[in-house]
Amino acid sequence: MTSHDAPPTLGLSTGPATSLAYHTGTWRTERPVYVELAPPCSLGCPSGEDIRGWLGSTQEGEEGFETAWRRLVAANPFPAVMGRICYHPCQTACNRTDVDEEVGINAVERFLGDTALERGWALPAPAASSGRRVLVVGSGPAGMSAAYHLRRLGHEVVVREAAAEPGGMMRYGIPAYRLPREVLAAEIRRIEDTGVRIECSTPVTSLDEAQAEFDAVVLTVGAGVAHHVDIPAGAASKIVDAIDVLRDVASGHAPLLGRRVAVYGGGNTAMDAARTARRLGASEAVVVYRRTREQMPAHPTELEDAVGEGVRVQWLSTISQVEGQTITIERMELDEDGRPHGTGVFEELDADTVMLAVGQDADLTLLSDVPEVVVADGVVQVDPTTLMTGRDGVFAAGDVSPGSRTATYAIGRGARAAKAVDAWLASRVLPAEPVQREATAERLQPWYYSDAPKQHRAELEAARRVTGFEEVLAGLDAEHAVFEARRCMSCGSCFECDNCFGMCPDDAIKKLGPGMRYEIDYDYCKGCGICAEECPCGAIDMIPEVR
Amino acid sequence: MTTVHIPFLQTGTLAVGGRLLDDAERSVQSHADRPSSLTKGHRACQGCAEALAARWVMDTAVEASDGKLVVANATGCLEVFSTLYPESAWKPPWIHSLFANAAAVATGIAASLHAQGRDDVRVLAQGGDGGTVDIGLAAVSGMFERNDDVLYVCYDNQGYMNTGVQRSSATPAAARTATTPAVGRSPGQAFGQGKSMVKIAMAHEIPYVASATPADLRDLEHKVRTAMSIRGARYLHVLVPCPVGWGSASSQSIALARAAVQSGIFPVVEARAGELTDVQRIRERADVEEYLRPQARFAHLFKPGGEDALARWRALADANIRRYDLLGERS
Repeated sequence: MTSHDAPPTLGLSTGPATSLAYHTGTWRTERPVYVELAPPCSLGCPSGEDIRGWLGSTQEGEEGFETAWRRLVAANPFPAVMGRICYHPCQTACNRTDVDEEVGINAVERFLGDTALERGWALPAPAASSGRRVLVVGSGPAGMSAAYHLRRLGHEVVVREAAAEPGGMMRYGIPAYRLPREVLAAEIRRIEDTGVRIECSTPVTSLDEAQAEFDAVVLTVGAGVAHHVDIPAGAASKIVDAIDVLRDVASGHAPLLGRRVAVYGGGNTAMDAARTARRLGASEAVVVYRRTREQMPAHPTELEDAVGEGVRVQWLSTISQVEGQTITIERMELDEDGRPHGTGVFEELDADTVMLAVGQDADLTLLSDVPEVVVADGVVQVDPTTLMTGRDGVFAAGDVSPGSRTATYAIGRGARAAKAVDAWLASRVLPAEPVQREATAERLQPWYYSDAPKQHRAELEAARRVTGFEEVLAGLDAEHAVFEARRCMSCGSCFECDNCFGMCPDDAIKKLGPGMRYEIDYDYCKGCGICAEECPCGAIDMIPEVR
Repeated sequence: MTTVHIPFLQTGTLAVGGRLLDDAERSVQSHADRPSSLTKGHRACQGCAEALAARWVMDTAVEASDGKLVVANATGCLEVFSTLYPESAWKPPWIHSLFANAAAVATGIAASLHAQGRDDVRVLAQGGDGGTVDIGLAAVSGMFERNDDVLYVCYDNQGYMNTGVQRSSATPAAARTATTPAVGRSPGQAFGQGKSMVKIAMAHEIPYVASATPADLRDLEHKVRTAMSIRGARYLHVLVPCPVGWGSASSQSIALARAAVQSGIFPVVEARAGELTDVQRIRERADVEEYLRPQARFAHLFKPGGEDALARWRALADANIRRYDLLGERS
């Protein structure tokens, strides 16, 4: 029948009839569907970054970096800043902790931020002019974020800042060893380049005048006033506010603190103050905190870094009196509810200076004659959806309003305020933020991810750290940043691993090509569920078949 | 052995493909234009690992032979669900004759092709454990012994599944089947019975013997490619979980294969001329319970009185781990 030299049939004939005629899809009781779920990192990111998205672009290497950065700054215009100072709740939420260690999201963010500054990438150009003018009061993270997003939406934006330099707490509260000033300046300048005007040394004193001049006002004045506690003290004692010391150092006027410094408080400002005291020459820096390590509000890494630089912490202690260079400390104990109580046991400690870091309040003098703006618990009350205060057209975000007092939260709220102002100016109703379904760890199939521990950033040696304000933490290079990005498991979003396509026993999944993912052929899919079970990132749901 | 080094790209070699991989680094199955030798519309049950493994094996063999492949199939599930008259789900030239003689048919095809000077056309024979380990063993053994130029692939689902789940000599100890009910003092298949086809094949000292599972596609493709690069008798034994016969959820077929390997129950090995040359190490050790519990055929192991059988299963896994150094303790 076949001639010996006939060419072999490479096409592989299927004979007279093929099973394609039989649609096994009719057997199905459940059908697989591709879903797109919110990953825990993004849900945990107060700035609202699409972390999975920009890590995904970073994974492609050099050619993906700019796209990655663009996806990042769609939410946050400060990646180089936040890549240094953010407490990265995203990493705390990361599902990869179930495999090895969380993805070093913050380090990759910094890499992208620094790369953008090096290469001079510009922020997206603003939309066509709306003809509306918005005033932002204060140039901290909330204010600059609001300004950036308002400008992108096409509004004319003026930021008025009382201090001599822009940046708010990023400039005056965070020491240079954590955030080099040129990085902050460059990211602020880049926002100015989009057309935002920043007027420094220009405090806003009248809300009425501001509203006469602008169509809307966003209050982002922060919480820069030190909170006070009453401590009996002699005239010869030196008691200062930690936040003022940080501000003076940032302004180039380092105060003389002496050789022995006590810091009263347990938050991040207390840690910054103690570490700054060490850099200003204090050989002893003691943090006095009335509760325990577990209850301390300072971020654990801040505490670790401080202790690594020789800062000592006196737990369960309050300062009851300061007399000359001697402070009296009362030992505390916790009751059943975890509240500290005095024990009546006292000890003495020598200190040339006592720094108070017991909290910060918002400066609300601007609102003293605006009764419709409600102030409660020391902060301006706002509508939780629109962030509008009691005064029509006046919005508030950041530390001056309720919520977490972190830069990342401020950036997220600033962006939200921008959206709200934009909607209000157009008389649109701003919908509440949608509730998203989370890609939980239980949905994942971690088997398919290679073991790959996190890339750790090099730290300056402790001995060198305390001698100056040099940046402590180094960045990742491109190779390590790409590696770290590739540790992302893409929770809840298909990243085209081909598992569903390759593992379908019924050959019922079509591969559509790079970036286009797959399509299920329901004529043949029997609904076995292997694709959903073996999907590494949990991007397939099995739902009951309805006929 | 030629292996492709896969750089760290989000997933490793355990996933089918990956968007960051170069074309040359991809598995056959990850290509949109793969042969799909066993095409859709076949009547295998939901979650059939045999249908899946058969496509993987055949696609790799088709590519390795440049499309010049002839297949002889024994009677069994694979034959029944793929070729309901007048339809066929097979794309390569494919022949079915009888239950016992797939190896003999393949031998004949290979001899005929050789006589015609068509050594470029390759021959593959395949069957289930019934057609291989029980009914067709004489023909398979003969093919091995004569070193005929055939790659024989056994898809082992551990029983006669399409006729109603009867026991075969590949049915594992304690498993309940229609002919080994879970009753009496020693319920299910008796301990100490059955044969290891991999060891039988190795004893023939043929050029190449290997085992694989659908839990590791890359390994399976590598073994088919290796087998196709060799002339003479070659044997590949693939464990294929069967939702119907094993009483497991259809979605668990690959997970069960994974548990079988990670618990040490199914050693994934390679042997040349009767000598063991490669063993796949356990990556994340699993207890046998992870393999047994999702299967209804072992349900009685988890009821009062099942402790003894469960302990014996653990001993089987431990023996494999020792024998094949599955934890890599000796090397």
